[in-house]
Amino acid sequence: MVTGVPPFERFYETYKVEVFAFLRRRAGRDSADDLFQETFLRALRAYGRLEHGEHLRAWVLTIATNAVIDAGRRERPSAELNDDPAGEDERPAFEELAALTDDLPPKERAAVVLRYGYDLDYDTIGAALGSNEQAARQAASAGVRRLRKEKEQR
Amino acid sequence: MTPVPTVLDERFRAAAAASGDLDVAYDVLDDTPVGPLLVGVSERGLCRVGFDPEPEAELERLAREFGPRVLRTPSALDRVRRELDEYFDGRRQAFDLELDLSATPEFHRRVLAELNRVEYGHTTTYGTLAKLVGAPRAARAVGTVMNRNPMPIVLPCHRVVGANGSLTGYGGGLDRKEWLLRLEGALL
Repeated sequence: MVTGVPPFERFYETYKVEVFAFLRRRAGRDSADDLFQETFLRALRAYGRLEHGEHLRAWVLTIATNAVIDAGRRERPSAELNDDPAGEDERPAFEELAALTDDLPPKERAAVVLRYGYDLDYDTIGAALGSNEQAARQAASAGVRRLRKEKEQR
Repeated sequence: MTPVPTVLDERFRAAAAASGDLDVAYDVLDDTPVGPLLVGVSERGLCRVGFDPEPEAELERLAREFGPRVLRTPSALDRVRRELDEYFDGRRQAFDLELDLSATPEFHRRVLAELNRVEYGHTTTYGTLAKLVGAPRAARAVGTVMNRNPMPIVLPCHRVVGANGSLTGYGGGLDRKEWLLRLEGALL
């Protein structure tokens, strides 16, 4: 069954506290304020093109992560997508991909996870990453190429 | 977890309203003489006035009709709020708001267009409206249109009464209909 996309108000009210806490941990108190607005504006831009309302929590945390990265505060890549101890909802595609893509550069990793784990189109991914469709497409395909190469070398 | 500071929350909502990315910007006016009112605007104009005491259900409807990017953004409703305040104060008899009826079916739109000509302080009947849209036997259908009016007060369905002058019904309850008609001096 396809879950409908909830009104943005409900999405925002559901995740704003968690996103804010996440940003404070990642980027520090001072930057968190600006990144909070940036994260939800990016989410809003992409929101109208979401095709279902699943995995919204992981989705918005991915956007937050990228906002942090763009602000020039790189963190350990392995902590980017799955450092949420409270994450209990089932998302096999996402989790599997998160593990597989652990070593990719952050942008490529986000693009691959959003494309193949969440089945978002490139337009939406571009908006979520604060870039555009073409950049998202390139990042995803670069990520996939890199994964293939790694697999061959194993 | 630390709550999001109010100033940050308000700043985001204002930025979202200014971004042009919203399908519907809404607010709840808590203290009008007819109780709380949910008011919403789309890019094209006013798209909702609701007496609904359950805003959750109203938000779902707005998302279905106009798109999911529905957010409470008080700053986007300043003009609507001002015009309604003036109306409730008896200082305004007609609204100067653009209306978005894009989610309203064709027959409803025709009826609502006729309804919109009924002036302040006057009343009409379901049957009269039916005749005006060229469907003289459709008084009952006109009643349904009034009942589903997406923006009561602004589109004045309170000015429609039964053929015998009785108030008949009102989506927001008869008390409100009576109050509005008294405000306009249509009931003594």
